[in-house]
Amino acid sequence: MRSLINVKKANSNSNESLHSESNNVGLGGVGRSKKHESADKQVSGEAIYIDDRPSSRGELHAAVGQSEHAHATIVSMDLSEVKAAEGVIAVITVDDVPGHTDIGPVFPGDPVLALGKVEYVGQPLFAVAATSYDLARKAVKLAKVEYQVLDAVLTVKEALTKKNYVRPPFTMKRGDSDKAIANAEHQLSGSILVGGQEHMYLEGQVSTAEPTEDGGMNIYSSSQHPSEVQKLVAEVLAIPLNKVLVDMRRMGGGFGGKETQAAPWACIAALLANITKRPVKFKLSRMDDMIMTGKRHPFENNYTVGFDNNGQIKGINIEVNGNCGYSPDLSDAIVDRAMFHSDNAYFLDQASVTGNRCKLNTVSHTAYRGFGGPQGMMTIEMVMDDIARHLGKDPLAIRKINLYGKDDRNVTHYHQDVEHNNLAEIIDTLEETSDYQARRKAVTEFNFNNKVLKKGIALTPVKFGISFTVQHLNQAGALIHIYTDGTIHLNHGGTEMGQGLNTKVAQIVAHEFQVDVDTVAISSTRTDKVPNTSPTAASSGTDLNGKAAEAAAKTIKQRLIDFACEKYAINAKQVKFDNNHIIAGEQRFSFAEFIQLAYMERVSLSSTGFYKTPKIHFDRATATGRPFFYFATGAAVSEVIIDTLTGEYKTLRTDILQDVGHSINPAIDIGQIEGAFVQGMGWLTTEELVWNEQGRLLSNNPATYKIPAINDAPADFRVALVPDAPNREHTIYNSKAVGEPPFMLGISVWSALKDAIASIADYKQSPILDTPATPERVLWAVQAIKAKEVSKDR
Amino acid sequence: MTNSTIHFLLNNKRVTIENIDPNLTILQYLREIQFNTGTKEGCASGDCGACTVVLAELDATDNTKLNYQSINSCITFVGSLHGKQLITVEDLKDGAKLHHAQQTLIDNHGTQCGFCTPGFVMSSFALHKHNKKPTRAEVLEALAGNLCRCTGYRSIIEAALTESVAVESDTFAQHYEQTVSALTELQKLPTPCLIGNGNRYIAPKDIGELAHELINEPKSILLAGGTDLALSVTQNLAIINSLVYVGGVKELAKIEESDSEIIIGSALPYSKFIDTLHHYYPDLGEMIERIGSKQVRNNGTLGGNIGNASPIGDMPPALIALGATMTLHRNGVERTMLVEDFFIDYKKTLLKPSEFIKSIQIPKPLAGQTLKLYKISKRFDDDISAVLAAIFIEQKTQNATGCIDNTITEIRIAFGGMAAIPKRSPSTEAVLKGNVLTQTLIEQAKEALTTDFQPMSDVRASDKYRMTVAQNLIEKCYLELQSKTIETRVVNYA
Repeated sequence: MRSLINVKKANSNSNESLHSESNNVGLGGVGRSKKHESADKQVSGEAIYIDDRPSSRGELHAAVGQSEHAHATIVSMDLSEVKAAEGVIAVITVDDVPGHTDIGPVFPGDPVLALGKVEYVGQPLFAVAATSYDLARKAVKLAKVEYQVLDAVLTVKEALTKKNYVRPPFTMKRGDSDKAIANAEHQLSGSILVGGQEHMYLEGQVSTAEPTEDGGMNIYSSSQHPSEVQKLVAEVLAIPLNKVLVDMRRMGGGFGGKETQAAPWACIAALLANITKRPVKFKLSRMDDMIMTGKRHPFENNYTVGFDNNGQIKGINIEVNGNCGYSPDLSDAIVDRAMFHSDNAYFLDQASVTGNRCKLNTVSHTAYRGFGGPQGMMTIEMVMDDIARHLGKDPLAIRKINLYGKDDRNVTHYHQDVEHNNLAEIIDTLEETSDYQARRKAVTEFNFNNKVLKKGIALTPVKFGISFTVQHLNQAGALIHIYTDGTIHLNHGGTEMGQGLNTKVAQIVAHEFQVDVDTVAISSTRTDKVPNTSPTAASSGTDLNGKAAEAAAKTIKQRLIDFACEKYAINAKQVKFDNNHIIAGEQRFSFAEFIQLAYMERVSLSSTGFYKTPKIHFDRATATGRPFFYFATGAAVSEVIIDTLTGEYKTLRTDILQDVGHSINPAIDIGQIEGAFVQGMGWLTTEELVWNEQGRLLSNNPATYKIPAINDAPADFRVALVPDAPNREHTIYNSKAVGEPPFMLGISVWSALKDAIASIADYKQSPILDTPATPERVLWAVQAIKAKEVSKDR
Repeated sequence: MTNSTIHFLLNNKRVTIENIDPNLTILQYLREIQFNTGTKEGCASGDCGACTVVLAELDATDNTKLNYQSINSCITFVGSLHGKQLITVEDLKDGAKLHHAQQTLIDNHGTQCGFCTPGFVMSSFALHKHNKKPTRAEVLEALAGNLCRCTGYRSIIEAALTESVAVESDTFAQHYEQTVSALTELQKLPTPCLIGNGNRYIAPKDIGELAHELINEPKSILLAGGTDLALSVTQNLAIINSLVYVGGVKELAKIEESDSEIIIGSALPYSKFIDTLHHYYPDLGEMIERIGSKQVRNNGTLGGNIGNASPIGDMPPALIALGATMTLHRNGVERTMLVEDFFIDYKKTLLKPSEFIKSIQIPKPLAGQTLKLYKISKRFDDDISAVLAAIFIEQKTQNATGCIDNTITEIRIAFGGMAAIPKRSPSTEAVLKGNVLTQTLIEQAKEALTTDFQPMSDVRASDKYRMTVAQNLIEKCYLELQSKTIETRVVNYA
């Protein structure tokens, strides 16, 4: 029995309401497609990013010398020519660090400058402050470094063999998977290499550091985590946190690449500023950025599955091996999340999922939209396609039969209940609205009639767990002031990187007071406004900071209500906030008038707000718990066309239906879905990271590393939000997180490519297609299928 | 006679630059000297478009007309500003009123982090100066050189598709005649020259001056669009001591046609000859549209693409297959040779000291002649080729007795990305020439390729892929010749 969602009135990317003028005037409260708070400034070039800020008097520029080897001891480092180079004011090594030398964000392992040895090509050895950006970068090339080269581990295979890990292995289990596999009617196994991904935020890493009169440091850093930058700068300088201030107004993109990877440059700038007593700017060139900062973890996964004649999984063993690079950074949590999402939207029954954190001599890989989730999901999506081809069924049928149920088959392999499950409705509805069945037939017919070009179509779902899996990070704070003219100053611990967080939180505050959203002024995220904040990550920015801001607003609102009740001898029900006005019994005031009144009567018009996510817990020792507050769900149908002679392809059409709960801002949510999908598609298609046999990154600039350009996005791109579906958990306005979940819908493109390739052997073989599925890999997969066909005929 | 200054319009203001290092790029000039930070640096290599600005210049054939060209300011040296109007994102607002190119982005929610936005605004601005009602294909072409990591592009496309027909004229339209007048005045100035930091830039105004300059300073580096040359400065931190800009030499920046040939000046940007070539060789026009980006094609030239002698340059294989010739000039003496003969070894050509490329002559197609081109790259647009195959075929459709024949009377097959230089495949040609094509013959031709090429593996492709694809492109060409209806190119599904 199919239950379809009525999407007639759904917000979609073809919807006129997204563009209505009324969105941008008047009350811009929750649910309106208000424009981005910086939109006007962005289009006129007036939005200030850190490198746009006026230079401070005496400002110097930093650069670092980089390791030439993937693994070596530093025998000697002669920096005399660097020191003597034109414009150079100071040169520092790890010996010049007054405080901590290790800036690992969770576990140790990240020396701010190399300490006796180097573990990846590009690792910073020393730093220079010079009078110009070019002079600094020229000076660092003059170092004479002697290495004793050591053996480098450069493959996951070798790391596994040697048990070279950054953190210990971990397993999640339910029942007896080996037995269930053996007893099942069918068994299959497979493996896949999943490529990493470069963030390619358009604004590269940049920090400035300015010494203060108290022996402290003022930092501007393009960072998703100002509190951590504050902490690490304080630690390297051996000063207390209250002497370090970090200010962050906007990033030109983050995607996880500035969650931990912004801190080293802020620390180095601070160290140089500390030694020279001058402001220092550290901006990485694009190539240095690509060489020296971590990327999405490449993974190598394998599975063995047992399933019945209907394709339903009875037992499964999955191993995910994360290529973590040389240090832990966030790898533990990332490989954990890959393990958590090894089920994606499917009930695994008896399951064992093991995750290894392999140490390789490359840059340390880091957070990136999805945070291991996408890489973990690849395995099970591969399983779905493999089972389908084995049984001669449509992969969609296999996906449906394995979906989590509502009343049974509804517990994950880490023992969390999958509540409020709308996966089946989403898939059935999307199947209908995307015309999947008719197009499936048309694709098969096209393939029958075409020799060189083949089409493919696939539907893949996503179920993504929302919360930081590290419990203590699920907290947030906000600070609101209302000035005597009725204007509101809003601050919160989240950071704006384009996702529209500031816009949504301003809407929430404006909504609370029922004033125009322009009454609310957005301010930079600053460590002296809200302390001890979590990174803006895990798609939780609006959930956490929105609730914190709501709490602050509600506190002030209650004071105003109490004040009105006392002054006018009325009860709370007679106090109304309405359209920039406050009604107190018979009296009606403009918001500004009432605020002035309250001020004169000494009512406090400033408040902090705080929020922590309820219910979540996870016991890592037993691998059980409820690590996620809720799941965000969605699905995508993608259609592709491939060239069997060259491996080239195009994505023709993508349909997406995404559950964002009650949308706080439909236009922003749709923008996030479109952007996430295209980025996910790029991860699996044209974006290839290539290291050579000495561990040097060859794809180190945008000429060699290709993100989707305008022509790569599906020409026919239809996105709709599930309507009338409030989040059943008490999230902010019952919305759901949207930053990461749609990223994994890019998997539908990969599955569609395999569908196209499979057509060559009449859909009886499952092509092996490692990622990124570049034209070269697609061509090899085509040839492999053709070869199997030929050998079968013999 | 030279002046050590350059003169241009910064929006409506006339600006003179002197004593500046000519290695400075327009982007650096804007951000570090003018303190206009609206234009962004995303890569400093011409790959992302965040630095896009627009240069308005007097049209070569109609000097009352302005052409608005989007360019990558991060890889264009300041000297190129001479005689032009530089328009940046800060110049678009009219008081408080946003320009159409800006307002449409806001209305369509086409910004997220905003870092790519000024670049998109300028590319869209330039597009609408050319066409107030662009097609989707024109929008995609104009914006392919602007990368966005946040939006997924749909909203930006919608914004750029919005017609500007009904919009009141912007400040540039209002000042049109004054701008034409001011630029006309700048044309009368003597040869621009820049000297700073011990480095020199000169922009000769005619061939004689250029030839003379190169005799006097044989170590000078020839500069046209600079879309590859500038990277030695911006990426490798090199300093070029003496730059000789050929773009100001009128004889080199024109296109002419005779009955049998198209003659393209070596310093004419791609964007100014693509339409003509597309008319005669559609595959060539389509391929050129994938070279770099609009910004790159507004700067880059044929002379540069040939002279740079990169093994993966896209024009040389096409020119070789067409049997194109090139004319070189040295101190008043000219010589002409086949483009094919110009390349000796990796980045080594027959160009002598003090010599420059003057023009390229492309034969017009005769009856029975076709050029097939296949550019293979990881990303469709703005990506360097792994392999480029250029196949020129002449087939007689009737033999001596008037029967349908299809014998290959002439065939030239040239590849980029398969060797140290762009090269023909004589063994493959020998298999096919003088024969009627059959599948068996094609298999032999594919085999013959391995005799002529031992491609290498690099970051873009493996050796095996290059060879396999090259062989498959022979196959594809054959299939296309056999049938007019067979679908063989994913590009047609754009």
